[in-house]
Amino acid sequence: MEQLLEIQHLSVGFHTRRGLLQALNDVSLTIRPGETVCLVGESGSGKTITSKAVMRLLDYENGRITNGQIRLGGIDLTALSQNELRSLRGKKMAMVFQEPMSAFDPVYTIGYQIVETIRTHDSKSKEEAWEHAVSLLERVGIPEPRIRMKQYPGELSGGMLQRAMIALALSCGPELLIADEPTTALDVTIQAQILQLLQELKEEFRMSILLITHDLGIAAEVADRVVVMYAGRVVEQAPTAELFKQPHHPYSQGLLQSVASLDTEKGERLHSIEGAIPSLSALPDGCLFHPRCPYATEKCRAEVPPLVFENGRESACWHTQELLRSSAANDDRPKSAKSEAFTAQSGLRTAESNMVLETVELQLIEAAAVDVPDLFQISGLRKYYPVKRRGFPGRARPYIRAVDDVSFTIRRGETFGLVGESGSGKSTLGRVLLQLEAATSGQIRFGDQEITKLGSSALRRARKDMQMIFQDPYGALDPRWTVGDIIGEPLGVHERLSTMEKRNRVAELLASVGLDASYATRYPHEFSGGQRQRIGIARAIALKPKFILADEAVSALDVSVQAQVVNLLQDLQAKMGLTYLFIAHGLQVVRHISDRIGVMYLGKLVEIAPSHELFLHPAHPYTKALIASIPDMSPGAKKAHTVLQGEIPSPARPPSGCRFHTRCPLATAKCREEEPDLNAIAAEHSVACHFPF
Amino acid sequence: MVGAVIGRMFTSLLVVAGSSVLVFVILYLLPGDPVNSLLDPTFATSEQIASLRHQLGVDQPLHVQLADYFGKLLHGDFGNSLLNSEPVLPRILSQFPATLALAAASAVVAVVIGVLLGVLSAIHRNKPIDVIARIVGLLGISMPAFWSGILLLLVFSIHLGWLPTMGSNGWKTLVLPSITLGLIGAGFLVRMIRNSMLEVVNEHFIVTLRSKGLSERSIMYRHALRNALIPAVTMIGMLVGEMLAGAVVIETVFARQGIGRIIADAIMAKDLPVVQGVIFFSAIIYVSVNLIVDISYSFIDPRVRRAT
Repeated sequence: MEQLLEIQHLSVGFHTRRGLLQALNDVSLTIRPGETVCLVGESGSGKTITSKAVMRLLDYENGRITNGQIRLGGIDLTALSQNELRSLRGKKMAMVFQEPMSAFDPVYTIGYQIVETIRTHDSKSKEEAWEHAVSLLERVGIPEPRIRMKQYPGELSGGMLQRAMIALALSCGPELLIADEPTTALDVTIQAQILQLLQELKEEFRMSILLITHDLGIAAEVADRVVVMYAGRVVEQAPTAELFKQPHHPYSQGLLQSVASLDTEKGERLHSIEGAIPSLSALPDGCLFHPRCPYATEKCRAEVPPLVFENGRESACWHTQELLRSSAANDDRPKSAKSEAFTAQSGLRTAESNMVLETVELQLIEAAAVDVPDLFQISGLRKYYPVKRRGFPGRARPYIRAVDDVSFTIRRGETFGLVGESGSGKSTLGRVLLQLEAATSGQIRFGDQEITKLGSSALRRARKDMQMIFQDPYGALDPRWTVGDIIGEPLGVHERLSTMEKRNRVAELLASVGLDASYATRYPHEFSGGQRQRIGIARAIALKPKFILADEAVSALDVSVQAQVVNLLQDLQAKMGLTYLFIAHGLQVVRHISDRIGVMYLGKLVEIAPSHELFLHPAHPYTKALIASIPDMSPGAKKAHTVLQGEIPSPARPPSGCRFHTRCPLATAKCREEEPDLNAIAAEHSVACHFPF
Repeated sequence: MVGAVIGRMFTSLLVVAGSSVLVFVILYLLPGDPVNSLLDPTFATSEQIASLRHQLGVDQPLHVQLADYFGKLLHGDFGNSLLNSEPVLPRILSQFPATLALAAASAVVAVVIGVLLGVLSAIHRNKPIDVIARIVGLLGISMPAFWSGILLLLVFSIHLGWLPTMGSNGWKTLVLPSITLGLIGAGFLVRMIRNSMLEVVNEHFIVTLRSKGLSERSIMYRHALRNALIPAVTMIGMLVGEMLAGAVVIETVFARQGIGRIIADAIMAKDLPVVQGVIFFSAIIYVSVNLIVDISYSFIDPRVRRAT
C-alpha cells in the first residue's frame, strides 16, 4: 500500500563538545494515509527527536541527520534545503506541542498567529484568512471564536489554547499531523476531550497522525499501530490490539506492567523496570536494554538484536520466543474476582462478580472502621485569596475561594488520596494542612493539637511531624548543596547530632530509599529524576515524621520509575507507620496507593469514599466523569464516552447552588439554586449531590 | 487602565516630592555656608553676615526653610540665584533646549546602535558581527565619557578638523557630544538586547513558528525582537537618567550650554537655589519619561495590559 510517511534507517546525531552524540540509530517506521501511529517510550528514548527530524527542526538545535531517508508523499525531506522545507512545514505537515501555554507567541493575538500561517502558505486575502481562522476555531470547539481571535494567548486556558493550537496546525490542511505529547500538560477531563477531537478531525481532514506519548492508555485508545522506542532505537512495532494482548519485547512488556491499572491491588507491589534509561553518552554494548532486562543472556550483552519482521509486527529481541512461552503459562492462571470486576467497570459488568465483590467490600469497610484514631481532623476549613481590587470602591471585595468549607479526617497510618482537576484547590488544601499558608477560617487538629492558632516556635516543633514531597524533583533540591547536606539539614534544625552521628543517619536514610551511601557527597544534578525524588523522600523521612504530604510526587516521572517510587512509598509506610496525603491527577496511581479518596471540585469536597468503593460505585456525577476520562488500557473496548464537557469555572465566581451544575448532565433547577451538603450514603461513603447514583 | 495610569501619576508625584526633600536636606547638611561665597568673612562684619543670612532665610530652622521652599515651588517659583539674584526657572528653561537636543540625539545613537547590534549579534551568535557587538558593548559601558569625549575631540576635531571642538550652535556641534553620550547607552542596550534575544530564541513558541513554515526573517524581526524589546524598554527609561547625569560631564568637556553646565557651575559656586532647581527639574523629567515608558509597556506587552 502507498505510504504517506516513510522513515528508513534514520540516524541522528547531535554536535556536542565531546563530538557527535548518536541520538537515533537506524529508526524505520511508516505511516499510511489516514493512519494513527503512536510512538511510545520513556523520556530519553528518542520520540521527540524522531518527530523533529521529520519536520527537520533538528537543524536549529545542532542536530544532524547522519544516515537514512524520510519520505513524505514521495519527497525525500532529508535532501531538501531549509527554504524548500519551509513551504512544506505548516502546509503538508504540521505539529502540535506539549505545552500549549508556551507554544504561542505571547505578544500577538491568537487570530494574528493563525492568519499569519494561512497567509504564509495560501494566497488568501486578510479577510478570507480571518474568516477561515474563525471557522477553524469554531470547528475545534472554541466558544465565541470571534472574540477569541482577538485575545492573547495568556487570556485562554490550557485546554482552549491546545484547541487553538490544533486549529493552527489544521489551517492549511496538512496530510500529516505530528502531535508531541499533546495532552500531557492537561487535566484528564480535557485530555479526553482533546483526544476525541483529534480522532474526529483525522477523519474529517483525511490526515495521518503521528502521536507521541508516554501514556500507554492514550496509545491503546487512539492508535492503529504502536511503535515502542528505547534509547534511540525502535524495539517493537505492532498493531495496537496485538501489542497490548501480547508484547514481543521485554521492554514493552515491562512498560505495560508498570502502569497502575484499575485492577492492581492496594498494597500489592507495582511491577517496575529496574534501573533507568541509559544516557546517550554511555550506551551499553549489545542490546541496549540488557542491563534492565530480566531475560538478558550473554548473547544480549554482546550482539545487537536485529528488528525482525514477522506476521505484520516487528521486534528486536533475541528471546521473543521465550517471552511468549512464559507469558502463555501465566495466562492459564485464573483471573481474580476483583480484576474481573474492574474489567466490568469498562462495560462488561457481570452480576455475580459484583455480588461477590460487594460482600468483600463490606467486610473490608467494617474491618477498617474499627476505631482507628484520627491524625488530622479538619472542620469548616476555608482558604480565600483576595483578588486585586478592580472597578468601583464600595463593592464587595472579590475572593478566590480556593478551599471553601471543607471537613474531613485523615486516619493514622492510612493514605488519603485527593483528586480533582487543576483549579479544584487540592494543592492549596495540602499547603494549609501543613500550615505553610494560614487558613482563612476553620479548624485543623493534628494529633491532639489545634494547629491553626500555634505560635511560630510551637509550629516549628509541630512541623517535625509533618513533611512534604514535591512534584518537581529538579526544583525541590538546592543545586549548590550536596545530597548529604540536603538530607541532613532537617536533622540540624530539630536534633542535636555530632557530625559523625549525622553522617551515619544520612547513610541510613539513603539506604532506606534504595540509594548508595556514597551518594551523600554528590550534587543533585548528577542524578536522574527518579533518584532525585528518592533524595526528596529521604529528606522527608529524616525526622521520622508522622505525616507526609505528597503533592503530585510521581507525576513528573516516567511510568517505570513512577512504579519504583510508589513501591518505595508503600514500603516506607509499612515500615515507619506513616500517614500520607497523596495529591495527584493520575487517577490510577491514586487508586492504587490510597485507602480512601476525596474528590475536590472548585474548593469543595464533593465525595469521600474508600478507594475501591469510589471507583466501583462513584456516587457523584463529577467522580463518574473523572473515572470515565481515564484512557482505557484495553484497546478495542471503546467505552461509551461520557466525556465531561467544558472546563472548570473560575473559583473567583463559582456557580450558584451545586458548583458542578454547569457541567453536570443531570442538573436540575434544584441543583442551580440549592447547595448540596456532604451526606453519608453508606458507611464510609459521603457525597455532596442532590441526586447521587 | 485609566485608573492605573492615574495611580502611576500619583506615585510619580510622590517620587518627585520625596527626591526634592531628600536633596534639600542633603544640601542643608553639607558643610560650607553659602553666605561665605557671597561675602568674604575677612572683610564683612558679623552684622552684615547676619543680615544677609536673614535676607536669604538660611537662619531659619530646617522645617521652616523646607516649607518656605515648597510653598514657593507650588507657585512655580524656584527661587533666585545667590550669585546674581536671577530667577532660577527662566534660566533653566532657556538652557534646557540645548540639553534636550543633546539627550535626544544621544538617545537616537544609543537605540539605533544598541538595538541593531544587539539583534544582529544574537542572530549571528559567535560570528564576527557578534564579536564586534560585544566589543562595542564592553567599551560603551566601561569608557568614562570625559575620556572618550576627549579622545573623539582629538581625532575628529583637532587632527582631522572635520567637526568643531566646542559650542552649541548648529548640528555639527552636536555630533561628537551625542556620540560620546550615546555610546554609553548603546553599550548597555547591546548587551541587554543580545541576552534577551538569546533567551527568546530558546522559547517553545519559536519552534512553533518554525513548524508553521515562517521564514527566519519574520521569526526574528516580527516575533523574537518584539518579545526581546519588552525588558529593553525599561532600560531605555533608565537611560534617560544616565543621559542627564552624562550631560553634566559632556557639556563641560565640549563647552556646550545646557542644564548640565548650569548645575556644574552652580555646584562650584555653592549656588544652592540653582543646584536645587536643576535637580528638581531633572527629577520631573526623569519621572515623566519613566511614566511614559510604563504606559507604553502595555502597548508592547498584552500581559501587562491585562494586569493593570
